[in-house]
Amino acid sequence: MSTASSGPTAADESAPVLAADGTPLKKSLRRALRAQKLRALGLIAPLLIFVLVAFIAPIGDMLFRSVENRIVSNTIPLTARVMDEWDGQSDEPPAPTFEALYYDLFLSAEARRHTRLGTRLNYEQTGLSSLFRSSGRGVDDIGETHVETIEDLDDRWEDGGFWHALMTGEGPRADDLLLDQRARLAALSSSSYNGDIGFEPGEQIADLLPTTAREYTAFALFTAIEEGDIVVEEEPWEAVYVALAQDLRSADLSGYQGPQADALRAAQEAVTALPPIDFRAGFAELDEGWISPDVWETINMYSPDYTTGYFLNAVDMQKTPDGAEFRPDNERLYGILFKRTMFMSLAITLSCVMLGYPVAWLLANLPMRSANLLMILVLLPFWTSLLVRTSAWKIMLQQQGVINDTLVWLGIVNDASRLVMINNQLGTIIAMTHILLPFMILPMYSVMSTIPQTYVRAAKSLGATNWTAFWRVYFPQSVPGIGAGSILVFILAIGYYITPEIVGGTTGTFISNRIAYHISSSLNWGLAAALGTILFAVVLILYWAYDRIVGIDNVKLG
Amino acid sequence: MANDLSSDAFVEFERVQKSYDGENLVVKDLNLTMPKGEFLTMLGPSGSGKTTCLMMLAGFETATHGEIKLDGISINNIPPHKRGIGMVFQNYALFPHMTIAENLSFPLEVRKIGKSDREAKVKRALDMVQMGEFGGRRPAQLSGGQQQRVALARALVFEPELVLMDEPLGALDKQLREHMQFEITNLAHDLGITTVYVTHDQTEALTMSDRVAVFNDGRIQQLAPPDALYEEPENSFVAQFIGENNTLLGTIKEISGETCLVQLDDGEVIDARPVNVSKVGERTLISIRPERVEIDTDRLGPNAHTIPAEVLEFIYMGDIFRTRLRVAGRDDFIIKTRNSQDQRKLKPGEQIRIGWMPRDCRALDA
Ligand SMILES: Nc1ncnc2c1ncn2[C@@H]1O[C@H](COP(=O)(O)OP(=O)(O)OP(=O)(O)O)[C@@H](O)[C@H]1O
Ligand SMILES: [Mg+2]
Repeated sequence: MSTASSGPTAADESAPVLAADGTPLKKSLRRALRAQKLRALGLIAPLLIFVLVAFIAPIGDMLFRSVENRIVSNTIPLTARVMDEWDGQSDEPPAPTFEALYYDLFLSAEARRHTRLGTRLNYEQTGLSSLFRSSGRGVDDIGETHVETIEDLDDRWEDGGFWHALMTGEGPRADDLLLDQRARLAALSSSSYNGDIGFEPGEQIADLLPTTAREYTAFALFTAIEEGDIVVEEEPWEAVYVALAQDLRSADLSGYQGPQADALRAAQEAVTALPPIDFRAGFAELDEGWISPDVWETINMYSPDYTTGYFLNAVDMQKTPDGAEFRPDNERLYGILFKRTMFMSLAITLSCVMLGYPVAWLLANLPMRSANLLMILVLLPFWTSLLVRTSAWKIMLQQQGVINDTLVWLGIVNDASRLVMINNQLGTIIAMTHILLPFMILPMYSVMSTIPQTYVRAAKSLGATNWTAFWRVYFPQSVPGIGAGSILVFILAIGYYITPEIVGGTTGTFISNRIAYHISSSLNWGLAAALGTILFAVVLILYWAYDRIVGIDNVKLG
Repeated sequence: MANDLSSDAFVEFERVQKSYDGENLVVKDLNLTMPKGEFLTMLGPSGSGKTTCLMMLAGFETATHGEIKLDGISINNIPPHKRGIGMVFQNYALFPHMTIAENLSFPLEVRKIGKSDREAKVKRALDMVQMGEFGGRRPAQLSGGQQQRVALARALVFEPELVLMDEPLGALDKQLREHMQFEITNLAHDLGITTVYVTHDQTEALTMSDRVAVFNDGRIQQLAPPDALYEEPENSFVAQFIGENNTLLGTIKEISGETCLVQLDDGEVIDARPVNVSKVGERTLISIRPERVEIDTDRLGPNAHTIPAEVLEFIYMGDIFRTRLRVAGRDDFIIKTRNSQDQRKLKPGEQIRIGWMPRDCRALDA
């Protein structure tokens, strides 16, 4: 031992152990290991990046959709904000909601986004899709008289340059307003609304006519960026006139000296002479649905940015004003599907264990040559396409298929009462057992091949019969293999799609088939994501339970 | 040979043959008789068929031909679990998913022995191998030596009359092995168990056994107590396999009862004791143990034979000196001398005379 560093003795156990150069041993060990760790990280980096970019991120995004619900606040943001103040007790939201809805619907109809919201809300209440579609077409009829009155008053109101000058005004710019509207349009159309548009709203006019300035700015952004036109040359759309009519009702123009002050005063006089615009009546005229309490209830329920709606839907529940409750029996679907998926996966796993165990045992105990041949037979299914195998089962199992023909020919089954083995649960279980069997056999085999024969021999020499030796000595040691195989097969089974799709008919399909339907046909991605998330959670829970009971470190896959 | 014991034979192999593939006989004509209580060791090079014999006795392999008897009854058709033979495997084969106590109580459970009885027996067996406090552990939590003891206890706990052990100490270090050799022989003798022990460590075979069966090429080459095996090998295989041995090749010149004359290949003629040679003119292999060769020829008796030798190498080994010589044209002739006060230390290149008594010089088959 060197004199410089006295080694640790019982007396100074608490003091950190020092390396030869005096740094704490732990620290220098960490330093020594860091390079090693970095190198290891470098080796897995390509895969890690690939998985992150191509797999984890998209899946995370997909799962996020199961709660994401910004479509309401993105499409009709003004309405959503006003509705926040509604307590939901009355049949209808307060009157300003209809005005907000007018501006929202007008803009989203111009951007052709209102139908998407309709589709989304239609998941929760049928009829909303057509309500939005038809209202988008007719929304510019609301406030028609006021628009015409202003236009008839003075030709200049139909001139783009006149409007541009009015809204630009003099003095400082209303930058916040512009930014707000950029964000509003960006959220609505989920594209970027940056860049110069040849218009900047003036602060003075924005204070005086806030709604008009807001709607005109939105119009200007849309015209310049979406349509690529020059703002100065374009006459604003109806919503801007309606906004002006609304603003003029309460605006105090006495001190206004800016551009077009005379025209504004004339318009104020004309507009105040008219009765105020009744937005509610306007919408009611468009579609009776707008004064139905149910519609507003649904919109209100789904106006927050995040929703439990998809998940409730995925477990056959729905939102009501009194909280979540189960759907009526005849509308329930997913509970049955989940239960069926679980039950059938369990049945498949069990039959795989039953069929696979003896084969794995043979594989592990046969002489090399025969074992290799058997192994090839076990692996054979891997070398043919999944689709081909499944279709082959269709041919085998159908009523005019090979098995039925043989049974009829043998006289076991009457020609009139051929067995129904396809397009039902039985078909799915048979075909999937066959397809997943190698995934059961291989882990079992790899565990069994590590159990030396001497254990069974020892048991027999100690007096155990063949059965006792197997059951008390061999079997317990092969349990990790059964566990590994079962977990693999079960997890593969509950997410299986192609086979149940082809041979499952209506009673033998899995939850995954429903997910696929929502992804590709009904386009209800939120519900698909919620179903997928539940499936994922079930797998994780099973995995966790398995770890608690059997222990994952007992699982050997090879 | 122990044929005279056949009246109270406990284990008997009668003309047993075994082939695995139908082409080669792994065991050829095995005849063996063991009395009760004997400790017999099967010793032989790798692949000589020792394990196969043991497996046939235990019932895990069937004999292709011949009969195996236990206590006078043929057991050819009795399944292994009914033979009541205790067995210790080379890698112990302790059941990894059971505790030590469960391992030991397994043979008692399958024999339907009551719980309290079982516990008492397990405890007694564990105490017997000084493993009393390890009953609750798993095999993986024990050292190699401890596992070995447990395996032994498990093979003995159901009180078999015959115990088979296949290289049970193969995985242990030298010191532990020697200790366990001692314990196993003591236990076997104390309990009066008949033991068949397989090893390819000859020291182990010589120190532990009542008799040793030397296997080679599927046959028993010699079956004899350890001293006889070492001092009176019956053929050249046994002579060369057991202990260190010097060999000289020659031809029989003359043979008369207890002595013969052998002409070595370099022309030298020596006296020897004929063992399994019979005809004049036959090729023979002379065997002389290194420790029976004397470099101080004065100390030998009057009819000693002396021969010139050249020292090739001198190796210091602590308690003894090992010297390699060139004798009669062969340069692998070894002699061993004790490291005593007055012992000569030979130098390479030295020319000396060595000698031996003719009775230590055995003429065997070539
Ligand atoms: N199951 C088997 N199938 C075919 N041949 C076998 C089998 N078991 C052993 N053999 C062959 O039989 C011969 C004798 O084997 P055995 O195991 O009896 O030798 P051993 O004397 O125990 O050797 P070791 O000292 O190496 O354990 C060997 O040539 C071996 O290759
Ligand atoms: Mg062996």
